[in-house]
Amino acid sequence: MSGATRITAAIAAANKQGRPALIPFITAGHPDMNGFAEHVAILAEAGDVVEIGVPFTDPLADGVTIQRSSERALKAGVSLSWILDTLEQSAAQRTAPVLLMSYLNPLLTMGYETLAGRCVDAGVAGFIVPDLPFEESAPLRAAIEPRGLALVQLVSPVTSGERMKKLCEASAGFVYAVTVTGVTGGGGKADQAAILAYLDRVREVSPLPVCAGFGIREAAQVNAIGTHADGVIVGSALVEVLEQDGDARAFLQSLGGKLHE
Amino acid sequence: MSKQIEQKEQLIQALIAGDYPDSQGRYGPFGGRYVPETLVGAFTRLEQGVSRWLDDTKFRAELNAELRHWVGRPTPLSPAPRLGERWGAEVWLKREDLAHTGAHKINNAIGQALLARRLGVQRVVAETGAGQHGVASAAACARVGLPCEVYMGEIDMTRQAPNVDRMKRLGARVVPVTSGDRTLRAAIDESMREWVSNPTDTYYLLGSAVGGHPYPYLVRELQSVIGREAHQQIIDQAGGLPDVAVACVGGGSNAIGLFHPFIADRSVKLLGMEAGGHGSGLGEHSATLVHGRPGVLHGTYSMLLHDDDGQIQETHSISAGLDYPGVGPEHALLAATGRATYLAVDDNAALDALNECCEYEGLLVALETAHAFAGAREYAMKNPGKRILIGVSGRGDKDLNTLLEHSS
Repeated sequence: MSGATRITAAIAAANKQGRPALIPFITAGHPDMNGFAEHVAILAEAGDVVEIGVPFTDPLADGVTIQRSSERALKAGVSLSWILDTLEQSAAQRTAPVLLMSYLNPLLTMGYETLAGRCVDAGVAGFIVPDLPFEESAPLRAAIEPRGLALVQLVSPVTSGERMKKLCEASAGFVYAVTVTGVTGGGGKADQAAILAYLDRVREVSPLPVCAGFGIREAAQVNAIGTHADGVIVGSALVEVLEQDGDARAFLQSLGGKLHE
Repeated sequence: MSKQIEQKEQLIQALIAGDYPDSQGRYGPFGGRYVPETLVGAFTRLEQGVSRWLDDTKFRAELNAELRHWVGRPTPLSPAPRLGERWGAEVWLKREDLAHTGAHKINNAIGQALLARRLGVQRVVAETGAGQHGVASAAACARVGLPCEVYMGEIDMTRQAPNVDRMKRLGARVVPVTSGDRTLRAAIDESMREWVSNPTDTYYLLGSAVGGHPYPYLVRELQSVIGREAHQQIIDQAGGLPDVAVACVGGGSNAIGLFHPFIADRSVKLLGMEAGGHGSGLGEHSATLVHGRPGVLHGTYSMLLHDDDGQIQETHSISAGLDYPGVGPEHALLAATGRATYLAVDDNAALDALNECCEYEGLLVALETAHAFAGAREYAMKNPGKRILIGVSGRGDKDLNTLLEHSS
């Protein structure tokens, strides 16, 4: 099964159980590099799809939490190469598909062909690249699509209707619906009803599952959004739990997902 | 002709023919638009606004009136006979230091502020390094009646303190940036984050010829007034074209403004001077075209200072305005084709050049500009008897604190 198909199937399996797919995100190697393999295992156990953030020096779509975690990870020596090596060691044991969230420059610098080959070996199923709009994505897609890897397209509340349809049709794995106009981890200022109406709009035109992310922090939000999206992405809130040495498994359990009693 | 030389020649011909940027915002392989989806609509609106207004007769008339009566254009072309005598050259200075607010930055700021007003936005955000673009943006926004917020790294706020006060007096809100490297690069990151949060009612007034398309084009068009004036002036005053045009390059806005109108004049050598800092190791300089490799930062594919993992490197320069790890995509093309040459000047050579210019021409130029003087001097020493045009991008009053530190 291709990476893209595995992602879509994992989300469908969660929906079949009557719940939105849970997609937890962590910054690789944060808060410490030694804990990374274990954190990935916890996320793969509690989540339906796992999203691993490749730290970057200039994360311009991210809020303070992920800026801070990225900075710490880089200082500790985390690199894309190290992340792929670590993921490869546990690839055989992992069932949940893994997505890499990376700004373009680390991917570009590794070289797309090398990247695609190593990602297959590491059991990576696809990519989310926040500074790569669809119009600039052909070279990356040319390297990863023949290997079945997904490039997940993002849509935002200010994406026009026509463009939204195009992006949903071009996406692979799922469609990432950014719920707010802003950076990751944002507070609760957003108008809930407007978010739900927007998610309905995305779903209407998307042939793929639609997963919502940015600013989702607690069970109440997951439940409310879960009836209007096929999955939810939880990033900054989980990174903060790890930062405070909290229990990631218990936090993810509280949000629902596979481990919810 | 070898295939490589042939390809370079084709790129230069396309550049001269005005084919760049192409419809994808590319300058040969460089440029493009690498921005988050939330900003795609804002970039599209900006691009439409640029093509609607930039060549509009009324807009042009409005801009030209502001350049003449408020900015103080045309700026003079000054002969520099005493420097010329010392260097064994004929030296001409294009005096952007005499433009309102003391640097070339105002040409771009007033143009974009007028555009922002046409686009009907509620507010303007801008980033600044040395503070010159921040001051120019604050002044231009006051002039056109738009609220302005300037993002500035806290390291730069310390080394350019007088400019912070100037911005505040001009009505801008100055927002200290404490993330990342706390200089220009972090200020751009933060401005982009602010824009991502308010993509529909905010205009991002980018100060250099960098960023996603159409910024490198827009900034080049607004700054080309420098080169157009200089082209005419040097023919009128010196009787012919220069042998070489020299400018300092950080992001590259004053340099592209000076160079662009001379690109078709193949006899004119174009020389860009980057900040060599205090060494050639990563983190010791900001000489992107001299030491960098291609990569993507702040929306554009260009030359970049980054490591083997694609992480952007810290930079160093004595001049805050050159302290940036990227460079405009058109410069990357000019460098790749050999149409322009880029060299590095270290901190000390820039300081020496600044002092020499004070002593022999009575001009205190900016530390950024001093890099161009150092480069011009080196060129003159190797090539006696040439006519040299130097872009004086700004005046040096803002650098007095730094200069005092270095003279003690």
